[in-house]
Formats: sequence, structure tokens, C-alpha cells
Amino acid sequence: MPTTLPAVPQAGLAADPVLDERVNRLASELRCLVCQNQTIADSQAELAVQLKHEVRQQLSRGASEAEVRDFMVQRYGEFVLYRPPVNPATWLLWSGPALLLLVGLVVLGLHWRARRWQGQPEPGGWEGGDAAAVDDDVVPPQEGRTP
Amino acid sequence: MSKRYLFPLGIFLTLACTLALGLQRGDPQALPSPLVGKPVPAFKLTQLDDAQKQFTPADLKGQVWLLNAWASWCVSCRKEHPVLLDLAQQKQVVLVGFNYQDQREAGQKWLARHGDPYQFTVFDPDGRAGMDLGIVGVPETFVIDKQGTVRYKLSGPLTPELLKTKVLPLVKELQRG
Repeated sequence: MPTTLPAVPQAGLAADPVLDERVNRLASELRCLVCQNQTIADSQAELAVQLKHEVRQQLSRGASEAEVRDFMVQRYGEFVLYRPPVNPATWLLWSGPALLLLVGLVVLGLHWRARRWQGQPEPGGWEGGDAAAVDDDVVPPQEGRTP
Repeated sequence: MSKRYLFPLGIFLTLACTLALGLQRGDPQALPSPLVGKPVPAFKLTQLDDAQKQFTPADLKGQVWLLNAWASWCVSCRKEHPVLLDLAQQKQVVLVGFNYQDQREAGQKWLARHGDPYQFTVFDPDGRAGMDLGIVGVPETFVIDKQGTVRYKLSGPLTPELLKTKVLPLVKELQRG
């Protein structure tokens, strides 16, 4: 949770810790569009302060978090959501890292299986053996060293 | 060199090319506006030089117009201003100013000093109407068609280049329809 300044009670709005909590939580999901790598909870830019105030007003008037989010997206686009929504357009963004990891693991697995099949021992020990089976651009691991 | 190296090299090159292309794809500061294709948000604001007169976008239905957001504290607005003055001289399109988060007197003084290209300017001191327009900073320019639909939004100064290649062709097209 990012550290935020405690919300200053606006004239006419009594200090309300429950509301503050909701405001801060929602504000840390909305991007400051002026300094784009900060949330409106963190940013002190004027637009961020203004939007945070708007969030507060709407929540205190009974809007739901979803309604406030929609309000922002309607005006500023989906980019205003700090965490991109999970939908068909963004599935690659979300699954990309996991997919890459999977590809990496598969490649690694294939590599190990290929080495075994060629008669190489598991990495960690070098036992000499058939010179023809040696992969000539892999430095033979030395005893005691992890490859 | 063993063929083994081609595989990770291939992946790296693909990634590098993809990222390079991504970086070319225009200014990340220029966010696509969700308002394009939608009706211009309704607002009712007083005019900058006459607090008794009000304006709402519906007043300009039937005309193609440009809404240009600016402020007296905005430096880039000064840079873009000659382009607007020029445009106003050509009398090709209605130009409405939108004085954003400013003070009435400061705004009036600014226009008196730098020239007033606008048919009139509306005054949005607290930026509330600006929020409905999705204004992130100034200057920003909207092109609105005869039905009151936003057809183009520019974040940043209007340049002669953009005017020539994007704005004026669009305006002409919209005026024909």
C-alpha cells in the first residue's frame, strides 16, 4: 500500500475514516495522467489532487467504486486505470511474463533432455567420455563448480 | 559458431524489433481520447469577457467548430497562439476558447496582450467542465462536428503541420457533410 497523506477534511465534509480508506484505495488504482507513473494517491500534481477530490465527493454521495472508475475511464480512457483491465485486448500483457517463463522452462527442459540423450552426464561433474559427443562450445563444468 | 546460439539470438532480435517499433509508435504523452466519436460533454459556462453570457455546446449545433483550451499560466499556449491567430484570420472554422483553471482577469489580460483569435472564450475556473472533457493539461484542441460529436482531440500545441495535415482536412470534410 503506498503511503498517502491523510485526507484533509474539506469544509462541510466531516472526517470519515471509512470514506478516507475507500478514497485512498480507489485513488491508488487511478493513474495520475500528468506524471504517468504515479497514482493520484501519490501524486501532488494539481490534476491528481482535483481527481482525488472528485473521487471523494462521488464516494461520499453514494457512488460505487465501479461507478467512479467508469467515470474516469469515460473521460480519460482505460489508461487512467493503473492496473490495466483484464480483457481480450490486454490478455497478452498480463500473461506475457508467465508465457515467457513457460517458454524458457520448456527450452531449458529440452536442453537437459538433449544432453542426457547425447550421453552427457548431469551438469556438475565432468567424466570425460566420448570426445565426439562433446558439444564443442560448451565449457566443461569443473568439479565443484555449479555451471 | 554453433547453431544453438541462433535460437536465443532470434528471440532477442524479435523482442528488440518489437520494442523498437513500439517506441516509434508516437508520443506516449498523447493519450488517445475516449471522447472521439462521442457527443461533446454538455457543459454550461460563462463567457470570459461577460459573466452574464453563458454558453453550452448545443448552441453550436449545425456548425463545425474547434474548442481550444488554454490558460494564462500556460507557456506552450503562447507558442501555439500565432497558429490560432492565423487560423482565425482565414475564417474557415468557428474557434471557441476554453480558459481552463484560470482567473477571469488574468485570462482577459492575456488575450488583450497576445491577441484574441476566438469568436468567444468560455471560462472554467475550477476545471470541472475540463474534467468532463478529459483535459489533462493545456493546450488541448477539440474538433467538433455539426451534430456535436467530437471528431478529433489534440493534446499539446497546435502546430502549422498538424493544422495542415490533420485538422483542416478534417474540418473541410466535416463542413461538406
